[in-house]
Amino acid sequence: MAIQCLILGAGQEVGKSCVVAMIGGKKIMFDCGMHMGFSDHRAFPDFSLLSSNDISCVVITHFHLDHIGALPYFTEVCGYNGPIYMTYPTKALAPLMLEDYRKILVDRRGLEEQYTYENIIHCMNKVIPIDIKQTIQVDKDLQIRAYYAGHVLGAAMIYAQVGEEKMLYTGDYNMTPDRHLGAAQIDRLSLDLLITESTYATTVRDSKYSREREFLKAVHTCVAAGGKVLIPTFALGRAQELCILLDDYWERMNINVPIYFSAGLTIQANMYYKMLIGWTSQKIKDSYTVRNPFDFKHVCPFERSMINLPGPCVLFATPGMISGGFSLEVFKQWAPSDKNLIAIPGYCVAGTIGHKLMSGKPTRIDLDKDTLIDVRCQIHQLTFSPHTDSKGIMDLVEFLSPKHVILVHGEKPKMAALKQRIESELGIQCEYPANNETVLVPTTQSLKISASKTFVRNCTTELDGDERIAEGILVMEKGHNAKIVSEEEFLETIGAERNVVSFTGWMSPLAQ
Amino acid sequence: MKLTCLSEGGGFYSPPCHILQWCGFTLLFECPVDLSALAVFSPIPTTGSSSSDNNSLIRAVPWYKTVASLHLWDPSSIDVVLISSPWALLGLPFLTRKPGFSSSTKIYATEATVRFGHLMMKELTFMHMEYVRYYGPDKKLGLPDWMNWTNLERLQMELKSIVLGEKQEELSGWVPIYSAGDIKDCIDKIQPLKLGEEVCFNGTLVIRALSSGLDIGSCNWSIKSPKGSLVYLSSSVFGSAHAMEFDYPLLSGHDIIIFSDFSSLDSMDYDEEDTNKCALSGESEDCSMDELSGNDELEAENEKMHFICSCIVDSVKKGGSALIPSGRFGVVLPLLEHICNLFDSLNMKVPIFIISETAQETLALTNSIPEWLCKQRQKKLFSGEALFQHMELIKEGIISVHPFLCSSDLLEIWKEPCIVISPHWSLRLGSAVQLLHRWHADPRSLLILEEGVHDELALMPFKPLKMKVLQCSFLSGIQMKKVNPLFQTLRSKIVLVPQSLRSQFTRRESELYKIYYYTKNEIARIPSLKEGFEAYLATDLVFQLQPTKLPEKNIAVARLKGKLLLRKGIYYLTLPNKQLNMSVKPSVHWGTVEPTCLLRALNEKEIDGSILHNENYDFCVCVKKPAEALIEVKGNKIMISCEDKTVSALINEALNSVCNRI
Repeated sequence: MAIQCLILGAGQEVGKSCVVAMIGGKKIMFDCGMHMGFSDHRAFPDFSLLSSNDISCVVITHFHLDHIGALPYFTEVCGYNGPIYMTYPTKALAPLMLEDYRKILVDRRGLEEQYTYENIIHCMNKVIPIDIKQTIQVDKDLQIRAYYAGHVLGAAMIYAQVGEEKMLYTGDYNMTPDRHLGAAQIDRLSLDLLITESTYATTVRDSKYSREREFLKAVHTCVAAGGKVLIPTFALGRAQELCILLDDYWERMNINVPIYFSAGLTIQANMYYKMLIGWTSQKIKDSYTVRNPFDFKHVCPFERSMINLPGPCVLFATPGMISGGFSLEVFKQWAPSDKNLIAIPGYCVAGTIGHKLMSGKPTRIDLDKDTLIDVRCQIHQLTFSPHTDSKGIMDLVEFLSPKHVILVHGEKPKMAALKQRIESELGIQCEYPANNETVLVPTTQSLKISASKTFVRNCTTELDGDERIAEGILVMEKGHNAKIVSEEEFLETIGAERNVVSFTGWMSPLAQ
Repeated sequence: MKLTCLSEGGGFYSPPCHILQWCGFTLLFECPVDLSALAVFSPIPTTGSSSSDNNSLIRAVPWYKTVASLHLWDPSSIDVVLISSPWALLGLPFLTRKPGFSSSTKIYATEATVRFGHLMMKELTFMHMEYVRYYGPDKKLGLPDWMNWTNLERLQMELKSIVLGEKQEELSGWVPIYSAGDIKDCIDKIQPLKLGEEVCFNGTLVIRALSSGLDIGSCNWSIKSPKGSLVYLSSSVFGSAHAMEFDYPLLSGHDIIIFSDFSSLDSMDYDEEDTNKCALSGESEDCSMDELSGNDELEAENEKMHFICSCIVDSVKKGGSALIPSGRFGVVLPLLEHICNLFDSLNMKVPIFIISETAQETLALTNSIPEWLCKQRQKKLFSGEALFQHMELIKEGIISVHPFLCSSDLLEIWKEPCIVISPHWSLRLGSAVQLLHRWHADPRSLLILEEGVHDELALMPFKPLKMKVLQCSFLSGIQMKKVNPLFQTLRSKIVLVPQSLRSQFTRRESELYKIYYYTKNEIARIPSLKEGFEAYLATDLVFQLQPTKLPEKNIAVARLKGKLLLRKGIYYLTLPNKQLNMSVKPSVHWGTVEPTCLLRALNEKEIDGSILHNENYDFCVCVKKPAEALIEVKGNKIMISCEDKTVSALINEALNSVCNRI
């Protein structure tokens, strides 16, 4: 037997995560993402390689677009009709992300939409929400279970089991807790296959507290000198984490400079965060008895008319990576002043302005033929990312000790290096297939039998060690499950009596 | 399997309690405390009031009545404790603080049960402190004065039967309140579970909590073991306006159901017509699913809410206040929404006060646990609305929450008529006591009381009572007419049902399942259903097998030796870590020994023998060379007599070759 994995996306790249695994005859689609760097057919996984009705279920690990962006297309345009699972926060927050991005594509960039607002709503209505650790029986044979992944609110690793075949798909995860989320948590599962992300396949990160301090210092210095700070983020995740950090710092340092959130979106997002506080870190949960930590004291909404108002401020603007929209609009206005600061949190996909700012120190950016932006402002990179680093990946692989590892969601040369380490240091077979490749992973199979009570009772514990050793007789009959029984029971089944052989040394009188 | 019912409980707030002995383990279901027994204590009188002096209630710091039979069990013998609801958790600190309670005992409850249960325990101890402040702390160790036999003898009959129990054996169940430290130790010992989370005890029992629909966090239990599977069915509700719905799919297909829903004992006013109807409709499968949908329950509860609200409005219009002493989320939370909506539509402005030390925390908590709520509430999460309206209502100042009645900010805004939600339904604890002292003689005022409380006794210290009392029974379990359809849907082979409910069960025994009846404090023994265990044989071990065919039996057999593992209630046979000596055990042989075959086999080993017949044996073989030996065969007994060890080994080999063996 084998698990067959078709890598539809995030093979040797970051973007459009999508893996279809066939385990015990069931096809599961893990994630259904889009690639933010493309706006043509390459943005979506190649669904023509699938027949959507073969899929037993779709499971989405978290609300980032590179993990869920193609879902409405797959369900509403390709016509997938089966069950879709995601955690409660993902189900609550994904529509915001999807609609936000759709609007940017269609309204701002004037591109043709791949799915409509109604498609998003209709698609999301079909989603079955799941809780962490809840075992879900998808059908008679297929079980799935979500584990806390820590990457963003509601992020989950997905375990799937059919019979005795078991696998885990990690999605994106973080092995160290951050401001508002806990670290990934997993049971010691005996797995045939582990599919793990490898964004930071070769990076080892130090403690993030020093980097948090640097960030706060950079922001504080800027506003103290009357500058404006632009933090381009997506509405959810990083925005809330940094906000907790800043709100707390403002409180301690007694700073009165306003912190703004662009558009209603993030304010609305905070409303969700308040209801979903149970999915944040233990520390936040414990501190929350009456006042919700997502009730930020210093944060207020931002209006477009405020862009050029004098005076210092901190602004969180969507979308992240300055890939367009409002954050781009503000960037155009603020970048030319050397008093201002652009703080870029997290990963930026190639092709975005965020990526350009992070790779080198450009003095001007050509937006298009007619628009040149002078960049005189300071740039601060926040390198703390909610992804695990290579040590975290190695720790997870070692902890789970699966029979086989597949790497996805990473950059090819780094994945090659990590594969080397996993194979040489842990002795586990590892691969990192490219998009649209299929990998076959052999699985061990066990034979289902029944065991008699006497057989189980007769087992002995070996003197050295705690292994229980059992000995018996396996009876195999055509058309029946094999059964293992004790010697006595076996003789009973065949209706025979044991021959008792005894030995004596003396001659019996008869022979003399 | 042995089940002992320790208590049948009494209504919503005091769930039943059982001990189950299974697979070599002892499991305790629920650890309740009977708070209705608090009625035997006199409430704290308000200064200047004399109304509570003219009663015969016990004047002392209250003790708490736990399950008396549970004290007969050695706490260290309990391996697992399963708690189905926050109310079933309230007695747990009494158990965990016992010196004999083992740290290896596993306690499981849903996360929501633990969090709400924890708040309720804290609230209980806060309210209890009022008595301590009034009477002063217990000065002497040992039993309090009211527990002296002379004092007990003087009690009124009704009080005596509450204190001693009907069979006069429950006095040992009374214990003093737990401390904050006891609560903390207890909560730390619990392993909180998500709904549907699998947890494995000792490799043997796979335990899962599945939503029962009764209230937030309450659950039924599914337990799977090598010996089969069972469901512990606690009081369940099929249609809930707030809590996660009853989970059918994961409950079905278990071998055994332990039916532990005694709620219909409390609502005996059951009309016969309904019962008959259900017996008929239970016959078809489709019909039974309809029956279990819970829509009728939702509707009925909704109507009740409307009626209560209209009564409250009537009182308020006349200038009277309404007091709602209840601790049920399923009552308080929807009632708040209904009444605020009604006031809003009538354009009435009436202050609503919630008075409890833990109310603020509890209310905040209810708005951040979408995973534990019903589908309708979850929809609110997905559309970005608050799960319950009360957070908005508090913000708008329509509802105000206060820790005590006499807090200064409450006194500032206090206005009558008003509506007060007060935590304790016993009418002995919390702000309800002071408010009853205040309002009991006002005929315009309204008291909303849940049915099932010893109402006569509970109200006794507040006589003469002129305020209106509205008694409501809220759905607290499975209605009898739904029990049969439920059992049919769940498809179990054996159902354990309380003897006390026997008369209410439809008479015809179902062919689909066997019913056993159990009685309080008697052991119910259930025979094992399974002959063998499910097991998995690893492929690498299969490759080592050397099967022999037994054509006459049409089977193949093979000797097998391997490592036996028990994981999640299933046995696994795998290759041992180190090589085993496979020939340690002598082989088994059977079947008749043919004399000529034996001679031939001996000849092959260069042993000469001749056959002798003797009446004592089937036959003998006498060997002269290479050493003297005698082989005597009688039935399945074979004796080899020989002084030469090598020869006797050779003879044994020859014998083995002519027998069937493995």
